[in-house]
Amino acid sequence: MPERKLRILIAKPGLDGHDRGAKVVARALRDAGMEVIYTGLRQTPESIVETALQEDVDVIGLSILSGAHKHLFKKVIDLLKKEGAEDIPIFGGGIIPEDDMPYLKDIGVKKIFGPGTSTEDIVTYINGMTNK
Amino acid sequence: MNSIDELIKRMISGDRRALGKIITLMENDSSSSAYIIPQIHNLTGKAHILGITGPPGSGKSSIVDKLIAYYRNDGLKVGVIAIDPTSPFTGGAILGDRIRMKQHYTDKDVFIRSMATRGNLGGLSEATGNTIKALDAFGKDVIIIETVGAGQVEVDIVRVADTVVVVSVPSMGDSVQTLKAGIMEIGDIFAVNKADLEGVEKCIMEIRMMLELSEKKGDWSPPIIKTFGNKDDGASDLYETIKNHHKYLIESGHHEKKRIIRGKTELINIIQNLFTNNLYNTISEKEIEELAKKIANREKDPYKIIEELIPRLKILFEVL
Repeated sequence: MPERKLRILIAKPGLDGHDRGAKVVARALRDAGMEVIYTGLRQTPESIVETALQEDVDVIGLSILSGAHKHLFKKVIDLLKKEGAEDIPIFGGGIIPEDDMPYLKDIGVKKIFGPGTSTEDIVTYINGMTNK
Repeated sequence: MNSIDELIKRMISGDRRALGKIITLMENDSSSSAYIIPQIHNLTGKAHILGITGPPGSGKSSIVDKLIAYYRNDGLKVGVIAIDPTSPFTGGAILGDRIRMKQHYTDKDVFIRSMATRGNLGGLSEATGNTIKALDAFGKDVIIIETVGAGQVEVDIVRVADTVVVVSVPSMGDSVQTLKAGIMEIGDIFAVNKADLEGVEKCIMEIRMMLELSEKKGDWSPPIIKTFGNKDDGASDLYETIKNHHKYLIESGHHEKKRIIRGKTELINIIQNLFTNNLYNTISEKEIEELAKKIANREKDPYKIIEELIPRLKILFEVL
């Protein structure tokens, strides 16, 4: 029988060399009963936004290790706005310095998960943010 | 105007996000489908529906990626439905077929939707049929459906597609064995992928032998095409063959016959789903479990229980 499932896009923008962390998160979300659209390495902000529209995801998770997070998050959020889809919440993970957090919050990133976050915390957070 | 009407209107006028949302609505709840389909049914029936099936890892997604490129080169608009399995244990799924189709992500005339089987057997998801309609109404010229990695009985694709391509690979040695039961009978075209691997000629021979033994499909004898993953060699042959098959269907009148079979399948599916949904509305899961215990303990037999339930089950037909 049909039922509602959470659909989450896990994407890696930019030039990161590996996607181990993103895969661990994708797997954990799957095990929590969610449908995870996984798009692999080296996505552009344009392709991420287009995928989010076509797949009608409830949440976007971006994993960034390269240091270009300020630019990449901003670009994705701007493009979502352009498509009238700024209501899709974004969270992030990867190597992101504490000092940059206020800026990211300011442009609309809902939450950043640093290294060492338990996957359980991410699952709980997503369930919480989509239950509103 | 309610919000679904608004979405349908936006979808028909070419809004990609609205299309994405319409698909979600129909995937999540059948009453939405019952509201949406009547409003778009008339706009459908134009697209060529192409099914790509075959065992896991045979290279279905890479072939789809190549085919999209050829269709786009001919100026045609493409919709893709890529289906991956839902975990029977957690209900979750990783939908990763898109990874192979990266080059088309930002092409506004290619719409790729990943779907999980959500417990549906047969290689498709329950909402696949309605999603095809949404893409058709949206104006796609061709709709490609990539099934889950299929073994033997995942043959539902034949009920929704005009043309079915069965992909196999020589490296599996006995791949044809795994294909022969159900899937072997549904191919309009056979693609032997990764044809630079050893054993390709043997694989082709085995398929040919099996085809000779099976029943003929009108005047069309399924061609066997060598393909090489995402390389151009072979992919253009496959593309031309798919187009020939489409032409054959229309000229021979088989297209019309297939459509009627499809209408029948659709009708029966909807009736079954309505019936099942109403059943669960009439008799609670808990009550069914109680009854099941009685069967298990040999207190009652299932037919006796049904007899007692009949007055209540009659209501089901009234709601239909």
